[in-house]
Amino acid sequence: MKSVPALSTDRLRARHGAIVMSILGILIIGVFIVSMNTGYIRLSPLEVLKTLFGMGTDQQSLILFGFRLPRIVISVLVGVGLAVSGCILQGVSRNALADPGILGINAGSGLMVMIFIGFYKDTAGAPVFMLPVLAFIGASATAALIYVLAYKRHEGISPIRLLFNGIAVAAGISAVTIVLTLIIDPVKYQFVATWLAGSIWGSTWKHVLALLPWIVILIPFVIYKAKVMNILNLGDQLATGLGTSVERERMKLIGASVGIAGACVAVSGGIGFVGLIAPHLANRLVGPKHQLLLPTSALTGGLLVIVADTIGRTILQPTEIPTGVVVAVIGAPFFLYLLAKSRS
Amino acid sequence: MLAVSNKQKDSTDAATSQLRSRPAAASVIIIGGLVGLALAMALSVTFGAADISFDMVWKAVFAFNPDITQHQIIQELRLPRVIGGAMVGASFAVAGALMQGMTRNPMADSGLLGLNAGAGLVITLCFAFLPGLSFNQLILFAFIGAGLGAGLVFGVGSLSRGGLTPVRLVLAGAAVSALFGALSEGVALHYNIGQNLAFWYAGGLAGTKWFQLKVMLPWIIGALIASMMLSRSITLLSLGDEIAAGLGQRTRTIKFAGTIIVLILAGSAVAVVGAVGFVGLIIPHLTRFLVGVNYRWIIPCSAVLGSLLVVLADLTARMIRPPYETPIGALIALIGVPFFMYLARKERRAL
Repeated sequence: MKSVPALSTDRLRARHGAIVMSILGILIIGVFIVSMNTGYIRLSPLEVLKTLFGMGTDQQSLILFGFRLPRIVISVLVGVGLAVSGCILQGVSRNALADPGILGINAGSGLMVMIFIGFYKDTAGAPVFMLPVLAFIGASATAALIYVLAYKRHEGISPIRLLFNGIAVAAGISAVTIVLTLIIDPVKYQFVATWLAGSIWGSTWKHVLALLPWIVILIPFVIYKAKVMNILNLGDQLATGLGTSVERERMKLIGASVGIAGACVAVSGGIGFVGLIAPHLANRLVGPKHQLLLPTSALTGGLLVIVADTIGRTILQPTEIPTGVVVAVIGAPFFLYLLAKSRS
Repeated sequence: MLAVSNKQKDSTDAATSQLRSRPAAASVIIIGGLVGLALAMALSVTFGAADISFDMVWKAVFAFNPDITQHQIIQELRLPRVIGGAMVGASFAVAGALMQGMTRNPMADSGLLGLNAGAGLVITLCFAFLPGLSFNQLILFAFIGAGLGAGLVFGVGSLSRGGLTPVRLVLAGAAVSALFGALSEGVALHYNIGQNLAFWYAGGLAGTKWFQLKVMLPWIIGALIASMMLSRSITLLSLGDEIAAGLGQRTRTIKFAGTIIVLILAGSAVAVVGAVGFVGLIIPHLTRFLVGVNYRWIIPCSAVLGSLLVVLADLTARMIRPPYETPIGALIALIGVPFFMYLARKERRAL
């Protein structure tokens, strides 16, 4: 008798999750359409539709296919990636405030990319597919550094030490980055400065292609690991008791998280707070089970960044406000709110 | 009445004297530090693109002759720069010491707690919207900005259930700094003042002018003297609010006065040099390690050592890759970050 209601709550939850995800999906599509219409040159919905079916003028299709669409696609992908990355880190560290930005992983991949861009002869010809790889290397090196620094013999990793070391490493890497920005020549400086502020600069199909494999391979892997994450959430001892090799699973998940974050940072610069807010909102919407939490976070993150990017492109025309700035303006107050509500 | 207050005074003195404090070490640090500071400043004045001898520096200061180019360089560029460096170092260090003493929080520092970012944001806004502002007015705005940042961080920290723990303060500080940083960046990009601001943000003393120093000096000196006067109360506060109140301290008044002093020190230092972090974190810890926990000694020693740190950092920043300058903010962060980690590691309490 007792198992029947339990089953039905599970089903109810799944159905609830499906509804939430559909709504988020519809919202993303809605903003997607609005975002296609808006910009420096406005295209009416009808014109967009015509152009999509190949009936627009040359100029219209250039704007839509050449500039606007890839950028919108990238902003969704970056949002999805950063949100999933944050969701993993929060799950693995059992710390509600973990986020690739706060932990310094963004800074690490940013530094690598900056070194590459700063010292490569011309920015336009830089091999785009190298960027996510480089960013991944930078992010992994940083993650490893933070992990080692936060590790204490007999005590292992404490979430708070992880957080503190992350903040410190982020500050250190930012210092190095600032020194480097002043060494590189002024033409590149403007580019790097905008990039560091978190602007979606890699807005060509090439960048979409460079980012896509990381997202398409790693996110399903992580969702496949959702059950493991639920178990890890119970705490190390319990998880070990349940037959999970905690350290190995944790390393795999952190690796995936770092890979996704690195690739996203490579095309979007330092967009912070997405990885922090999206999982929290998702948790409110569908609860803590990772099977639902991960995809919902992904959609929330995608929605957040596409909204921020659209606002950033339109609010103060003709200047663009970097997406990262818009996200921070939305995200930081939310973070502070979470902090004020959190129990230590 | 008199007997009571005397008794009270005796008990406070007893409480203070029980603390580990080393006046002898403190005197050595103050005297040695001042000598070191004088040497470092002299070295800093002679070092640069144009080679200048000590002898020339002496003459430029005490027998200034406007017809000699080198005298001009010393008077117009190098002197304000080193004096500015010393002032800024003392300000950040004493602000940090006061904050750590008042909050009993080992992580307190104007950079970590959002003061620098707040002042920076307000200054960016001034650059963008009120470009004709005099330096006098800019400084007042910087004070307000520092207050805004600090108010937000402390507000969020104390709103939370469980109160103001060091972790919360650091996290709130990181978030507020990120927010203010993002806003400043947005404004700077939109109004195309990024390059003007970039160097200033990174922390540069290069542009320091006499008139800036003239505006700053009264504020900073006043705040330093006030912090000295407050030092005994700060020592008692660092024992905990209840003990301080039990010993007859008006903790609320002292905290209010201390906060105003901190805002003046951090705000004016940020207005001169930009958001240089970590000085206020490193120096007070170092000082406490050297002279004990009595703030009567900690504050002057912090001032001297802070000046020394910034003057030396500025000298190094110019030596690394002349004629380019490495921002001292970045340089000090490279020392400060490992130190911060060391503190985070050592801290045994639930941070």
